Amino acid sequence: MPTTFPRLLLAHAARRPTAPALREKEFGIWQTLSWSALADLVRALAGGLAGAGLKRGEHVVVIGENRPRLYASMLAAQSLGAIPVPLYQDAAAAEFVFPMTNAEVRFAIVEDQEQVDKMLEVRDRCPALERIWFDDPRGLRNYSELGLASLDALLEAGKQHAAAHPGFFDAEIDATSADDVAAMFFTSGTTGHPKGVVHTHATLIDRAQAGARFDKLTDHEEVLAYLPPAWIGQNIFSYAQWLACGYVVNCPESASTVMIDLKEIGPTYYFAPPRIFEGLLTTVTIRMEDAGRLKRWLYARCMALARRVGPRLMDGQPVGTLDKLRYALGNLAIYGPLRNTLGFSRVRVAYTAGEAIGPDLFTFYRSIGINLKQLYGSTETAVFVCLQPDHEAKADTVGVPIEGVQIRLTDAGEVLVKSPGLLREYYKNPVATAEVLNAEGWYSTGDAGFLDAGGHLKIIDRAKDVGRLHGGAHDGALFAPKYVENKLKFFPHIKEAVAFGDGRASVCAFINIDFEAVGNWAEKRNLPYGGYTDLAQKPEVYELVRECVEKVNADLAADGKLAGSQISRFLILHKELDADDGELTRTRKVRRGYIGERYQVLVDALYTGKASQYIETAVKFEDGRSGTVAADLRIVDTRVFEPVGKAA
Amino acid sequence: MATAATTRKTGDVILAVQNISLAFGGVKALTDISFDVREHEVRAIIGPNGAGKSSMLNCINGVYQPQQGQITFRGKTFKHMNSRQVAEMGIARTFQSLALFKGMSVLDNIMTGRNLKMKSGLLAQALRFGPAEREELQQRASVERIIDFLEIQAYRKTPVGQLPYGLQKRVDLGRALAMEPQVLLLDEPMAGMNVEEKQDMSRFVLDVNDEFGTTIVLIEHDMGVVMDISDRVVVLDYGKKIGDGAPSVVRSNPEVIKAYLGTAG
Repeated sequence: MPTTFPRLLLAHAARRPTAPALREKEFGIWQTLSWSALADLVRALAGGLAGAGLKRGEHVVVIGENRPRLYASMLAAQSLGAIPVPLYQDAAAAEFVFPMTNAEVRFAIVEDQEQVDKMLEVRDRCPALERIWFDDPRGLRNYSELGLASLDALLEAGKQHAAAHPGFFDAEIDATSADDVAAMFFTSGTTGHPKGVVHTHATLIDRAQAGARFDKLTDHEEVLAYLPPAWIGQNIFSYAQWLACGYVVNCPESASTVMIDLKEIGPTYYFAPPRIFEGLLTTVTIRMEDAGRLKRWLYARCMALARRVGPRLMDGQPVGTLDKLRYALGNLAIYGPLRNTLGFSRVRVAYTAGEAIGPDLFTFYRSIGINLKQLYGSTETAVFVCLQPDHEAKADTVGVPIEGVQIRLTDAGEVLVKSPGLLREYYKNPVATAEVLNAEGWYSTGDAGFLDAGGHLKIIDRAKDVGRLHGGAHDGALFAPKYVENKLKFFPHIKEAVAFGDGRASVCAFINIDFEAVGNWAEKRNLPYGGYTDLAQKPEVYELVRECVEKVNADLAADGKLAGSQISRFLILHKELDADDGELTRTRKVRRGYIGERYQVLVDALYTGKASQYIETAVKFEDGRSGTVAADLRIVDTRVFEPVGKAA
Repeated sequence: MATAATTRKTGDVILAVQNISLAFGGVKALTDISFDVREHEVRAIIGPNGAGKSSMLNCINGVYQPQQGQITFRGKTFKHMNSRQVAEMGIARTFQSLALFKGMSVLDNIMTGRNLKMKSGLLAQALRFGPAEREELQQRASVERIIDFLEIQAYRKTPVGQLPYGLQKRVDLGRALAMEPQVLLLDEPMAGMNVEEKQDMSRFVLDVNDEFGTTIVLIEHDMGVVMDISDRVVVLDYGKKIGDGAPSVVRSNPEVIKAYLGTAG
């Protein structure tokens, strides 16, 4: 049985040489690369890299969107026993310095001019960096920097190397064992430097195969690769499982065409973090608001039916004949066309993970007949820890432990995991490794949760973020900030929320409005505004958000343990939270602690009862320039409700 | 970008305008204008409103026929140009007020730029008869290269009328590029754009010049853009040439400063 990625590649190339392995849309046409053509490409690239002096065990960075030749480059590096290190392609150049010096990277394989420019910018801070190869030569004609060459040149050199050293490629692959390191992923790092998570061929392939068996994936699946390759989820779905199952991975034409490409490909196996599903639903909602009266009426009727019947049908529960008939009509009129528009008409299995998903959001997709499920895992566990079986998807759990996984809970409620897919270590960081991996091989996830009656794991929040209120009416009550934020974020008009409350008498929140949704809303009301900051401070917008917050409060009041987490005051931030300003991680999670420090004056204003607060904030623009955004922010009190349980 | 402008090689004179005068009745639009354009260079024509910039472009393009003077293109001298002939010789242009087919898709609009390259007859094209279909596929392939080059893949099938202005300008450029021109005349390619759109457009103009070696003659109002991307600049004022040379030279020319800023008293 083949147990390394290059061996899996050769097995596919031998068994089904003409079957498609990768597709990429280029010049308006889906161009297919077969398994045998891919193997030839990898062989040539490996020859080129060997000729350039790449050594076993050495790290190579790969930076770019999902491109077939970058995938092939990772396979080529692995064939030589070297370790590909994918980095986030949208990161600022300075963010590359730590990983590249940490891993002593000599060779970089990057996508295009943008990435080459970033490499050249940090070159003096990464003294080990010798060679840079680029996939797309556009705009690079006049670059004459030492060590810079095209992937085409590397391929040419590789073909000559392969001709001069027959048998070299296969011998190198034979020399690589399953327990050798296969890849390193830098975690987004909410605190301090990012950490390099070291995975072997065995850990990644074991989890990829376990996940594939769980969902009975075949070599007929179609997958669209559109998330950053530096994220392990993307690597698992479009690389590890791709090689484990031998299905087809499709690379979009460009970042801006993903929705069009999704519709054209019609993937059968799909993964997206909740924010993508959220964005899609927001688009649907906005477009429905713009539709004619008849269509709006039909949509509202059908969706009400779907909410009632859809999830039961999905879960295989009994549904009345009349409802079945109605749902079939709804499927013809709305659900089917909607699935098609979203690009989900062929989806057999869809997953979401990374963040908790709002129950209404989750139910929406299941109600229109998309088998959306949740999973639980992290970079350190090679993703697959818990998965929801078909017919057992619930919005508030993350599924059952799958084969090979053991779960244990500490007294404090933290989830511990043992599985064959755990990281080997954090690279050059034994202290951090020891913190999460104990002597018996248990990995501390840092998440607080418990197993419910059905054996499903339920995650409340990060263990360190779960706090308690102090003083006031709800002294000592549980405060799970993410739980509150997620409830707020389900409203299409709210993009991000940051809740504060640990050690305080009440809960207050920062809100980020969704510029597109609220902008559209404002235009409908003939409400003029000049940009984000202005729109965010409109009294009408505050009123809109206040309604949302009060709905969340009403919801929380009915939620027994978390009734104390109702939001008593909020403000709308003057700028969008941005990863470039360090307020979000690259995977768009809010960094609550950092935001609390950065906007300390606003937090104070929330808790001292002020009606407004002036703030000036330095921001970094996408082109690297910086400037400031200033505004006088209004702070608004909201209605809180009597806890439903207590009142009775 | 700055390095690209300095390392680019300009060749011999490809287009020369000699003593052109153009009048509409008693109004003198152009008086005795002469300048030349070298191969592979970015040549800008600037000047205040009504200076005669567009008229100059229209003379080169064959839309207007000057009363005096002559135009030499690749060694051949013409008293006046003829629009179709100009297009066939490899001079393409974009328009200040967009001249796109608003109801047609981006793809079809750019396809119209391939019109001159089509060999098969109308009937054969309509029936997609053998060779006509092959030709259509070839034309489509070259249009796709332009779409890729201008990064407008996401709008391929979108009707042009639905696109924001900056993107429409890019489509207009795409249609001109579809002719595979040797000389590209751009009439205020950045007019009405925001800063980001201007930066994008500047990059595309330089990329066209760099990647395809296309000679570019452009009219532009934004002095910053002109100084950044052109190799040489001609300055017109009231139909007369008042300056000619590298951006740095033109910038310090007292006459030019006077035309742009006015004089004291």
